[in-house]
Amino acid sequence: MSLDTAEARTGLPAGAGSGAFASLFKALGRGWIRDRSQIFFTILLPLMFMVLLASVFGGGDAAASRIVAVGDVAVLDGADPDDFTVTRAADLDEALAILREGDADAAVVQDGATVRIYPSATNSTSGAIAAGNLSALVDDVNVEVLSAAAPGTPVLETEVEEADGGALKPIQYLAPGILAWGVAIAGVFGAAGTIVDWKRDKLLRRLRLTPASVRTFLGAKVSVNLVVALGQTAVFLAVAALGFGLELSAWTWFAAPLVLLGTAAFLAIGVVIGGIAQTSPAAAGLSNLVTMPMAFVSGAFYPLALSPEWVQWLSYASPMRYLNEALQAVVVYGEPPTAVLPQIGFLAAFAAAVALVSWKTFKFDEL
Amino acid sequence: MDAAIEVADLRKTYRGRRTGEVRAVDGVSFRVERGEFFGILGPNGAGKTTTLEIVEGLRRPDSGTVRLLGRSPWPHSPELTRRLGVQLQASSFFEFLTAREQIETFAALYGATKARAAEMLDLVGLAEHANVRCEKLSGGQQQRLSIACALVGDPELVFLDEPTAALDPQARRNLWDLMRGISAAGRTVVLTTHYMEEAEALCDRVAIMDAGRIKAVDSPAGFIRSLDAPTRVTVAAGQLADERVKELAADEAFAVDDGTVVFETRDPRRLLTALAVDGAMDGLAVRTANLEDVFLHVTGREWRG
Ligand SMILES: Nc1ncnc2c1ncn2[C@@H]1O[C@H](COP(=O)(O)OP(=O)(O)OP(=O)(O)O)[C@@H](O)[C@H]1O
Ligand SMILES: [Mg+2]
Repeated sequence: MSLDTAEARTGLPAGAGSGAFASLFKALGRGWIRDRSQIFFTILLPLMFMVLLASVFGGGDAAASRIVAVGDVAVLDGADPDDFTVTRAADLDEALAILREGDADAAVVQDGATVRIYPSATNSTSGAIAAGNLSALVDDVNVEVLSAAAPGTPVLETEVEEADGGALKPIQYLAPGILAWGVAIAGVFGAAGTIVDWKRDKLLRRLRLTPASVRTFLGAKVSVNLVVALGQTAVFLAVAALGFGLELSAWTWFAAPLVLLGTAAFLAIGVVIGGIAQTSPAAAGLSNLVTMPMAFVSGAFYPLALSPEWVQWLSYASPMRYLNEALQAVVVYGEPPTAVLPQIGFLAAFAAAVALVSWKTFKFDEL
Repeated sequence: MDAAIEVADLRKTYRGRRTGEVRAVDGVSFRVERGEFFGILGPNGAGKTTTLEIVEGLRRPDSGTVRLLGRSPWPHSPELTRRLGVQLQASSFFEFLTAREQIETFAALYGATKARAAEMLDLVGLAEHANVRCEKLSGGQQQRLSIACALVGDPELVFLDEPTAALDPQARRNLWDLMRGISAAGRTVVLTTHYMEEAEALCDRVAIMDAGRIKAVDSPAGFIRSLDAPTRVTVAAGQLADERVKELAADEAFAVDDGTVVFETRDPRRLLTALAVDGAMDGLAVRTANLEDVFLHVTGREWRG
């Protein structure tokens, strides 16, 4: 505040360029931080998704199968309590009622040498797992009985080795996908909303009449978005690691350039949308229309390998697919950046193509 | 020295899918000298904003030329824009910033200091509202902040597009004082307005614009003089006897409505002196021609601003 006014009056060009960028960056950054809806969309929504999906897919370790034993079930006597939680029911009808409520994964009745398993139809996946676990338990008991009867006879044993150094816990699979999605909505909604706001406020018009160039202004705006994306990534990965047990690889830092590249692509999409939409609701609607299918076919929330073939085909068109794959590779599997060069190439090409489209179709007159 | 603004035969037609063709600016020429306070007066849709936007270089005209401080406003050059101060019709601010942050950001764009920003905020009377977010300022306060942002770079040429629209009369008078100060500091000011009395009170010269054309340009006094309209003197009922009315009117026109007498005179001094001698001054009203009459005369239609 102690600066000399006389110099200000002359409006010296010296240093005005970098000063203009810094002050625009500050102004736009402040605006971002004070906009609650931005914070919600960018930071809180992805975290909420993580909490939601992590609880849907289970906390990580496979939970013990919940078994309802009808009457006396001798085979369960030797069961490991880590694998089975056993409750009792007086008769089969009561047990089936419990299954229907979803309060157990399977009911079991032992009738002499026959063990009858009723897997849950309400929750067929965990029902199938429980049935499998029970079969394995019966096999173990059989082996024990047989070995005791013929001590000299060797028996076959299976040992299951898990691929990729242990099965992916759900969080390992989900976190990169949710992050990619968070980066996508922040970029698309952010850019589309901003452009519609500019159309309404005529801010760019006013700035075009200052000595600062529009390029400086757009550069400052994009810089704010890139910094936001980095902050978003850092917060997200920190919460995933500390709160949900995501194991971060040594290459995790490479998520930063990946997220920046992804943000560039998503901002370009947002600019195209902002060019078409005239009002905020229209911009939000169109953004949804684009990001939802993009997320759906990206494999971010559901493994592509398990998806129908047409989804797999469409996924090639979704930039989220590449960001998700690349993030998963470096953050979760600890692969070096060279392993994700194809993904980087696709993302860069996509970003360049959409940027070109937005540049060609954009009506600067409307701003 | 070059004129501040020289505009020749500007034309701009908007083509909309639904609206069809609108000839917003239809052959506009004018010249503004340095240091002049120039007004563009016209009703809604006359083409004032479009004209200003073309002059500022925000829009390309279909045809015609613009010289701004001796150069073309297009493409924008920092050398030119740092000499301009602009207040657009719609206030355009950075979202979520306070008045102080707003003007400091603009100051930085012009390479001006924070001290200068604070000085401008003070000048427009917003010092106590410096820490209020822009969206929480009243309409008039936003207009004033917008003007402060226009002045922060110490411009030679200031464009003000309807700065007093939607202000209450008191706020409008305050802004008039502010604009007089801006002009008195030696700047060239171009103002658009709907308000006759505003143009009359502030402008050295006024262009009357209607339907995309400038109908006439003159000083407010020159307009009224050239209109050569009689002065209307209204005397309340019961102040004058009928014969006396005829005597006073002499050869000039008069009308009587429910006892109230209206004289139309070329020689108001004689009439008013006589009325004073008669002691018929209670409820007396004198109305000289104003820009409203000029507008009617120039455009051939009633003012509906
Ligand atoms: N962007 C645009 N697209 C199409 N038509 C437009 C556009 N801007 C203005 N017009 C039309 O051009 C004409 C002149 O508009 P302009 O805004 O220049 O008038 P104005 O004199 O500034 O009016 P006001 O006093 O209401 O501000 C109007 O008929 C308006 O509808
Ligand atoms: Mg206008």
